[in-house]
Amino acid sequence: MRRMLTFAKRTLNEILRDPLTVAFGLGFPLVILLLLSLIQANIPVQMFELQHLTPGITVFGLAFMTLFSAQLVCHDRESAFLTRLYTTPLRGHEFILGYLLPVLPLCVAQSIICYIAALILGLQFSINIIWAILMNLVPSLFFVSMGLLCGSVMTDKQVGGICGALLTNLTAWLSGVWFDISNLGSAISKFANLLPFIHAVELERAVLAGNLSSVLPHLIWVICYAVVMLALAVFLFLRQMKKQ
Amino acid sequence: MKNAIEIRNLTKDYKDVRAVDNLNLEIREGELFALLGVNGAGKTTTIKMLCCITQPDEGDALLNGNSICSDSDKVKRIIGVSPQETAVAKNLSVMENLQLMCGVHGFDKETSAKKIETMIEQFSLQKVRNKKACKLSGGWQRRLSIAMALISDPEILFLDEPTLGLDVIARSELWDKIRSLKGKMTVILTTHYMEEAEELSDRIGVMRDGHLLAVGTAAELKKQTGKEKFEEAFIALVKGGER
Repeated sequence: MRRMLTFAKRTLNEILRDPLTVAFGLGFPLVILLLLSLIQANIPVQMFELQHLTPGITVFGLAFMTLFSAQLVCHDRESAFLTRLYTTPLRGHEFILGYLLPVLPLCVAQSIICYIAALILGLQFSINIIWAILMNLVPSLFFVSMGLLCGSVMTDKQVGGICGALLTNLTAWLSGVWFDISNLGSAISKFANLLPFIHAVELERAVLAGNLSSVLPHLIWVICYAVVMLALAVFLFLRQMKKQ
Repeated sequence: MKNAIEIRNLTKDYKDVRAVDNLNLEIREGELFALLGVNGAGKTTTIKMLCCITQPDEGDALLNGNSICSDSDKVKRIIGVSPQETAVAKNLSVMENLQLMCGVHGFDKETSAKKIETMIEQFSLQKVRNKKACKLSGGWQRRLSIAMALISDPEILFLDEPTLGLDVIARSELWDKIRSLKGKMTVILTTHYMEEAEELSDRIGVMRDGHLLAVGTAAELKKQTGKEKFEEAFIALVKGGER
């Protein structure tokens, strides 16, 4: 336990001490929230109402957590830092937990900051905000596991391209945060519904609205994706560890 | 004298390349042993197998009696490794890097604090103790890297090209530190620098294409090849070993 906690503390410090991480992870979702709220103030659009927009932004922000986790794991691999640690008594599961666990509180912190900003902008407080923040841990597990997976198999450049560009765009365009996916036609809408992003956003919206009957179907989708992604990430991390 | 390392028929293949071929070697306790060879000779693969990072395809090695194949957990408790690249946590300070190594070895707070102070003193890291590793020069990063490898008081220390890319002064300072370890633990050093091997090691093993071509002191290898300079002896051994 002590070994894993030491490693987890290091993961947290590495991420928090990177100014780009803080700027993008916490700042960028806030900027989008502010910009879209500004548009909403001038041209009212239902999609940009705070109770609709904020849950989506908290999910979109998680894509950056994937990027940060992937970058850290990948850098550790490529810089031989992991090689050094592989010669210590640290075990496979301690590496995995040490990479995953510290990012989850960061995801929660990101959600809290988004909701505080939304409250300042005029979102009405309700206890559902707390539930929405807690429920966001399920999509967080999916996104953080994807970071571990990408960091285990990709190079630094690939991580930048796939997690930095592709994933953030997928999360932005296929999650229904800023527009109704059904406007893109039935084929894209069906495709988007097969992916977890739209379900994560709808899950958060349902929790915030207190619409319990809508929570379960989306929750099942996101849980299934999170479990599969976690299993794949564990498998691929251990495989690269063995391949050393 | 007791053997710290006994390597028996160690072999490793990477796809169609045999990186290490049926290696047999004994290294004595407290000895500083240098593994020399040109690029691709198999030095790093040998070190990786001895450190339990890479599984051998054939053969085994005993490190103070513990098999790298069946007792890797025990082996990991008695070794320290400073890899070829400076493997430090870049956003952590010198102190935090040392704390990290204490933590992953499972030391309690009190023991960790004592060990960290010892390493800081031994490697003269006082003035950079609170500096982030990424802000350190190459020479200081290497010192930190070796201090991190030593913090667990290993019985066997592996230094993979510890002075690669350092300037003359930084290299000389690091040599002093490595020399000070002699006799206290078994040290296995890989290097490209002939003078480093000659200056620091008790015995030298010369590798080429995964084979061990010769083992002996620098003087013995010079005598064996009839050369006056060690570099010439190395070249003669490697060229003589060409197939």
